[in-house]
Amino acid sequence: MLLDRAELLAWAKHPTTPDVSSGIVGAVRAVLARARVAPADVGAVMLGTTHFTNAVVQRRELARIGVLRLALPATTSIPPLEDWPDELREAVAGYLEILPGGHQFDGREISPLDREALARAANRIVQEGIETVAVSAVFSPAIPDHEETVTRFLAERMPGLRITRSHEIGRIGLLERENAAALNACLVPLAERTVRAIESALAELGLEAPLYLTQNDGTLMTAEFAARYPVLTFSSGPTNSMRGAAFLSGLRDAIVLDVGGTTTDAGALVHGFPREASFAVSVGGVRTNFRMPDVVSIGLGGGSLVRADGAAVGPESVGYRLTEEAFVFGGSTLTATDIAVAAGRARLGDPRRVASLPRELVRRALATIDRRLSELVDSLKTTAAAVPVVVVGGGHILVPDQLEGASEVIRPPSAAVANAIGAAIAQVSGEIDRIVSLEAQTRESALAAAEADARRAAVAAGAHPASIEIVEIEEIPLAYLPSNAVRLRVKAVGNLREGRA
Amino acid sequence: MTRELDEATLEALAIGAGILGTGGGGNPYYGKLYVRRLLREGRRVRIVAPEDVPDEALVVSVGGMGAPTIGIERIHRGDEPLVALRALERHLGRPATHLVPGEIGGANALRPLAVAALADLPVVDGDGMGRAFPELQMDTFAIYGVPATPAALADIYHNVVLFPALRDAVTLERYARAVTVQMGGAAGFAFPAMSGAELRRVVIPYTVTLAVELGAAILDARRRHADPVAAALAVTGGSVLFRGKIVDVERRLAAGFARGVVRLEGIGEDRGSELRIDFQNENLIARRDREVVAVVPDLICLVDQETAEPVTTEVVRYGLRVAVLGIPAPAMLRTPEALAVVGPAAFGYPDVEYRPLPGIYGGDRIAAQRAASSERNRS
Repeated sequence: MLLDRAELLAWAKHPTTPDVSSGIVGAVRAVLARARVAPADVGAVMLGTTHFTNAVVQRRELARIGVLRLALPATTSIPPLEDWPDELREAVAGYLEILPGGHQFDGREISPLDREALARAANRIVQEGIETVAVSAVFSPAIPDHEETVTRFLAERMPGLRITRSHEIGRIGLLERENAAALNACLVPLAERTVRAIESALAELGLEAPLYLTQNDGTLMTAEFAARYPVLTFSSGPTNSMRGAAFLSGLRDAIVLDVGGTTTDAGALVHGFPREASFAVSVGGVRTNFRMPDVVSIGLGGGSLVRADGAAVGPESVGYRLTEEAFVFGGSTLTATDIAVAAGRARLGDPRRVASLPRELVRRALATIDRRLSELVDSLKTTAAAVPVVVVGGGHILVPDQLEGASEVIRPPSAAVANAIGAAIAQVSGEIDRIVSLEAQTRESALAAAEADARRAAVAAGAHPASIEIVEIEEIPLAYLPSNAVRLRVKAVGNLREGRA
Repeated sequence: MTRELDEATLEALAIGAGILGTGGGGNPYYGKLYVRRLLREGRRVRIVAPEDVPDEALVVSVGGMGAPTIGIERIHRGDEPLVALRALERHLGRPATHLVPGEIGGANALRPLAVAALADLPVVDGDGMGRAFPELQMDTFAIYGVPATPAALADIYHNVVLFPALRDAVTLERYARAVTVQMGGAAGFAFPAMSGAELRRVVIPYTVTLAVELGAAILDARRRHADPVAAALAVTGGSVLFRGKIVDVERRLAAGFARGVVRLEGIGEDRGSELRIDFQNENLIARRDREVVAVVPDLICLVDQETAEPVTTEVVRYGLRVAVLGIPAPAMLRTPEALAVVGPAAFGYPDVEYRPLPGIYGGDRIAAQRAASSERNRS
């Protein structure tokens, strides 16, 4: 899909190919031809992909890893990868070690780093033939020094070693952050190969523009960064749909429904970005805590089965066989799509085939669909007031024009490509998550320092300094401690600097 | 009656302990992983009924003290409470024979099990709170006169601080809290020590069994696609006070504790009403449209209305749909002596009257059933 600032010039949809890059090349070539744009005139290429999520879920192309945790004598009650699914742990666990290091919440070192122990660990990594490691240290989101020092130490001895630092991925919550870093480490070799293949394929087309990948918070990272941090692409699919819906509708605060064949994904847009989940999120059976969109899914889509005289719609679905099995397409299975056509919400297939459906059945099934959708919208709302609802996805015909709890129902044109639009309009961000003590400083000065650091992180990620906004500030007091410690999370977002290579 | 802990029981216990945490008490997940690993290494955890503890036994309460947020980042070394226990034993001049949980709600339900596995000591089926509370003088051991000291704290370095003699549990709470901060915000503890006879007088009985039954009922209901919330209440006693959606969360820090207010807007049958819950780590008071409907020490628990997964005050957020459970407190927390320490006035609400929720606390129900069946066996 090709965008000129806010204008959609052309789009194409191609299925994903096993090697990823040839499918992308096909789509890019088609779009450029349709829009009659020269490759040299393209300013930036933005890519959203589920390739790395799928690799974890399907347990394929994952590298054997080392995990070095800097924490001794703390944390030994739960070693690295402890709660991973057995087959995943067996596939990737190379060398797992807990070494001296890490910090206390108030900034003191738990232990100084032990160079001899690190040298022994480095030797083991070499002996085991491990090419990619994760490094995690206690309280590294607040004090990254030990993760950084160990990274330099290892890089000097093993120049080719890929090193994932946990503080660059996750938040407070050692186990979940370390899990995210370890998943990342398994994926780095695959990510490097994939990004390299895409970049050279684009170059062959004459596209010299920089390549960006979308992250799960709705912002962009450079291809070079993505090759080092592939886990940040996880869950970017729903995020991109939501960001695209925001762009197409012009709304910054709304509920977005992405209605597919089997499920409807719903999320809340807050200031134009998806609201984030505050719970631990499981990826391929591994508990992680990095930023993920707060998406609620229900089993209701265009292919959902209608049963019990319309009192039940979904979660069972004919899925991708909709165009064979639904009544309106000549099949013999009653689906939600048939009900929408019978009720006149959509014109699709052969409406005569549903003309004889009992009116009571249609009425009841519609009521079931509407109730489930309005409950879904309601579960994401933060106030009792009605909010606008933006509907995207192929199953949007199920959604009525009037929905309880919705101030209006908006169906933007090009809703089918909301996902790709979301990727193309993405901005860049910087984030800070730290625990501060308010004994030696005021709350205001601690917040100001965190905001300044978040802005710096956004600039480092490629943001134009003048465009940066602070989009999220969260303060959580630490319970059961009289030391006035507060956990601060600040996120800054800005537009991509132009002409950045 | 002695039962041996297995992995399925441990799984259930962690879920039950999370709900009995009444919004606080820390996440039992991390302790569960540790105990599971110890079991897989071949260690054993035996749970014994209070009546099977000999009069002359030396029973010690062990666990962890500090901020849950520290516990999820600087994960425990694991044996801190055991090191505190050994120091206490040296001071007393004799070894402990039994361990007892201080607090069945939250993370502290699991830590005595880890110490039990490491030291091969049995754990008493009971605790000092029947739920979670923020301060250590709030357990029935202190309320019913077991001296708070000697008491020991240990940190990740195995540094030990021993308090041979302090005036009372409130003093210990203050001193131990200050030491805990210096220990990096979390410490293992061992106190108080008591005889088996004393234990039976002060313990809230069968709360380990209660937590296990509670978790097992929820897991079973989820498997059968039955209602996990109803299954939970059948075990704990009590009722759903309110079903609603969280519409506002207000948090502030006061003297080291996260105080705040959660507001819910009714859904379903409660549509049109509002529920307001005041919390200090744990949930304290629930008001429905300004009328008080549940008060500490009765248990006010927020659970996900679909899964009955506990919703703690740290993760409470806008939009969550929850069922608010009102569970009657253990009888031992409803006496005048106990209410002076864990009633609304003790938490800064002198104007709120404690009106007990109807029903019987699940642990008390189990105790009555056990007593009746052993009566039958005897006759």
